[in-house]
Parts: sequence; structure tokens; C-alpha cells
Amino acid sequence: MTTLSQEAARAETRPADAGPATPPVLSVRDVHIHDRASDREIVHGVSFDLTPGRTVGIVGESGSGKTLTCRATLGILPPHFEVSAGTIEIDGTDTATLTGRQWTELRGSTISAVFQDPSSYLNPSLRVGAQIAEVLRVKTGLKRREARLRALELLRAVHLRDPELVYGQYTFELSGGMLQRVLIAAAIAAGPRILIADEATTALDVTVQAEILDLLADLRESTGLALVVVSHDLAVVAQLCDEVLVMRQGEVVEHGPTRTVLDTPRHPYTRLLVDEHESYGLDRFLAPKEEAA
Amino acid sequence: MSADQPHAAPTDTPVLSVTGLDVHYGKRRARRQALHGLTLTVAPGETLGVIGETGSGKSTFARTVLGLVRPSAGSVVIDGEDVSGHHPRQWRALRRRGVVQYVFQDPLRSLDPDLTIEDSLTEPLLVRGVARPEAARRARALLDRVRLPEDLLGRLPGELSGGQRQRVAVARALITEPRLLILDEPASALDSANRVQILDILKELRADGVALVLISHDLGSVAGAADRIAVLYQGRAVEVGPAADVINTPQHLYTRLLVSSAPTLHTAAASRTEREALRALLHA
Repeated sequence: MTTLSQEAARAETRPADAGPATPPVLSVRDVHIHDRASDREIVHGVSFDLTPGRTVGIVGESGSGKTLTCRATLGILPPHFEVSAGTIEIDGTDTATLTGRQWTELRGSTISAVFQDPSSYLNPSLRVGAQIAEVLRVKTGLKRREARLRALELLRAVHLRDPELVYGQYTFELSGGMLQRVLIAAAIAAGPRILIADEATTALDVTVQAEILDLLADLRESTGLALVVVSHDLAVVAQLCDEVLVMRQGEVVEHGPTRTVLDTPRHPYTRLLVDEHESYGLDRFLAPKEEAA
Repeated sequence: MSADQPHAAPTDTPVLSVTGLDVHYGKRRARRQALHGLTLTVAPGETLGVIGETGSGKSTFARTVLGLVRPSAGSVVIDGEDVSGHHPRQWRALRRRGVVQYVFQDPLRSLDPDLTIEDSLTEPLLVRGVARPEAARRARALLDRVRLPEDLLGRLPGELSGGQRQRVAVARALITEPRLLILDEPASALDSANRVQILDILKELRADGVALVLISHDLGSVAGAADRIAVLYQGRAVEVGPAADVINTPQHLYTRLLVSSAPTLHTAAASRTEREALRALLHA
């Protein structure tokens, strides 16, 4: 709200934005996505750069193209969809040149993702720990015993209270928040440099959502992970992101440092998102408190 | 007309008064207590936000007030009538009078997919013996009140968008002129524009003296729409008070965690260490 904090926030984001020293680990340049089935363009040009330890947020309703954009960066667009223009570079490699096998190598070890419904990405008839160990054996070539030890470490890293116990449990024995932690553990198992969290906390209780967002912030700080956080909720994105893209009907309607977008939204749609929080959310009560802090 | 005008004084006889409510599920060994001595009141024209996460008892509370669950102790008084000992027949009579109405998160559950919007809206009046032209007139008036065009009357719920359907569900709940409207996550499934619209409409209702109970898992999504907030945790109302007080000066440990966990635009990541401390205390 205050000019001071605005400037502080801008100053904070500027060096990394302008920093020529750190090359982006993910670079999305004017990406268009086309649906061959309906012969329509669904995403009309998305661009952003992501450097290690930074976070980009994408906000939008369902159908805004935010998930398709993520899927394109992971090389897992649904059938009929293709990147029709623009480039996606992961760690300096233009993904358009990748073969299927090279994509498979890249996913998990360089770029990884977690989605909304964690239980649908885990096998209900296998112990969750074994599923993380499997990722480690396939992706990093660890032996069975080493993989188990590393999986236990990962379960600890995602702040699960009793890793030994959770390792041997099945999906039905775990809560939604615990399952999402297990999924995050699996996603970071092979030490990726980029993690995409697409509505990863949407189905969770608010206190659990905060735990997961805090965990992502921890991982970013401790490992230099670069994050893409996708949410329909502007406030979720505001918790973590240095920079935010607001998408609507396949279009990026606003893009800038998070603080700037929140304090001086330019597009009517962004203003609507901000207004909702200020008239019905906690911000209605909390906003004045900031001056005191 | 303005929603910000002071409305019904809290001294008014409450529309809903729940006292010392205990609810148990299951038998013998599997018996578990879902509500522990819950006490809450809602005055005419007041909006009470009931906030609780998984297992808090918020749904049990709603189901008990609607007569779908029988309490093991305590009383539920709706508009002066003690309903806690009611038989199913008495409940049916109460529901037919339409004193209490309910709106679900998913309006497809509260609207008959085979009835046109007009039939859905007029049905509760027709069974009460209101003449068709009068019922149709009131349906049109309500549609206008929830800001929907009249030409939707001939359509089926499946032909409407989610936001339109939810507004029809609110209109249908209002057609019996209820004293109490219970809404369970009314806006959670909607996009931003429709969420704001529903909350704006609910705000306007307060001027008419309808008491609203707004149930949600998300403090942030209803905080600004509620006059008072009750925070449920493990079957107990751990904190009840004016919305601004609960949010600005939360007393209970759990409320403090809830407030600092709710994502906001202006506090951002500032409260991470605070949350960690609160979690440790709460789970200790």
C-alpha cells in the first residue's frame, strides 16, 4: 500500500530481473498453442524467464490457458495440441529440437511438476515410499537400498513427521496434504532445477495449503529450485512469486513484478481479482495493518 | 438498500439459536463426537460466517440445523421454535413452510435437471397453493434480484453457466421468503467475477432481515461478507466474534494459525516464521 514498500519490493526484484550473470533456467518466448481438433489458437503468446531460486506465478481461471502453458513447458501437451509459434528453452536447450527420449530424460531430472489431485498420480496398491524409490532408481540409477535411504531423506525434506512410517503406507492412509508432500518428494527426487506447481494446493485446507507453500519456499531457498506457481487465486501467487502473469482466455493481460501488479493493477480483470480480496477477503481488514509493520 | 447500512440490532430475537449442541456419530466403540457443546446465535439480518477445515464439524452443524442429524444433547431453536426434538413429520412441515433454506456448493445438486428454471422457482410456491400467475410473477422478480435476465426462465439448469446456476439456486432458496438461509461454500466453485456477484447479492439480503449462515473452509473467501465469524475446530467453536476482531486480534491459537495461513495480497510471505511457531504450539 505504501510507496516505501512498493519501492522496496521493486528494488528487490530489479537486480535479478536485469541480472545478466544468471542465465534463465527456463525461457518461454511468445509461445502460442494451437488445437488441431478445433483448428483454433488457445494460447496467444506467453513469455517469461525464470532464473534459479526465483518464482514466476501464473494466475487465471480454468480455460485461461495457464495449464496448457505449463504442459507445453513439460512437453506433455494433450493430443491435438501443439506449440504453433514461439520457443521454450530449458537450461539453454530449445525444446523443439528434443526427441521423445530426450524429453523423458529431461522430465524429472531438470524440470518437474506437481498437480492438483495428488492421489491420481500415485499407485494406490503400492507403498508410497517404494514409488519414490522407483523414481530414484530409474532417474538416478541408485541401487535398491540407496534408493530407499534417499527416499526417506526426501520424505524428511518435505517435513513429513515420521518418514519411516509414511514410507510403508498406502495412499488411502494419508491425508491430502501428506499426499501432496509425497508427490513433491517424488518430483524433486532427481534434483530438478525447475518445479511447476499447477494448482497444487487448491484442494487442500487453508492451513495445509500454507504448509505446502511454506515448504516450496523452503525448497527454493535450500536448493535454488526455480518455481512456476499456477493458481486461480492471486493471493496464493502473491505469497511466493517475484513476478506474476495474469492470463485470461489464452492472453497474458498483465505481467510484472508481483508487488507492482498487486498495488497498481492495470487490466480490468486484474483489478477484479484484487478487488475481490479487498472487498471480501482478509485484505479488507489487514490492509491498514501493513503501514504499522 | 445499501448493504453497508447498519442492519438489525443484535438484541433482536435470534432467528437461529443453537445451545450446547452435542452430536455423535456411530455406535459403541466406533462412536465419535462431532460437535462438543456448540453454542451460536444468528440475529435477523445478520450474516454469520462459520469457518472450519476438514473435520471441524461445520457440515455436521449445518446438517443438524436442517434436521438431517439428531443431536445427542443441546437445543436448536429456529425462529422461536425448538426443533431439536422434532419428528421427521414435524421437520417436513417446517421445511414446507420454507422458514429455513439451504444452498449447496454445487447448484446441480439443488436444482432438478429436468425442470426449467421457471418450474424450479415456482414449484415451492405452487405446493403452498399460490396461484400460478402470482408464482410466476415472484419468480421473475427474484430472477431480477439475483441479476439474471428473464429469458433464462425457459431454460434447463444444464444450459446455464455455473455462476448463473448458483444464482438460480439462491433465488429458489429465497422464494419462500425464508428467515434463515444456510449456504455451504456458495462461492467456492465459481470464478472470481461470479464469486463477487454472489457475495454482493448475499450482502443485499441483509437489508431484508434474512439471517445468513455462510459456511466455508476458507476464512479468506467469506471474511468480508460476514458480520460475525465463528471458528470451528475439532467440533468446538473456539472463537466467535465480529469479523474484524477475529481477523485483526485472533485469540485462540488455531484462529491465529488460520488467519496467518490465509493467503492475502498485502501480507505476502511475512508470516512464515509466525506460522511455524503456531503449528508447533498447536500440535504440542
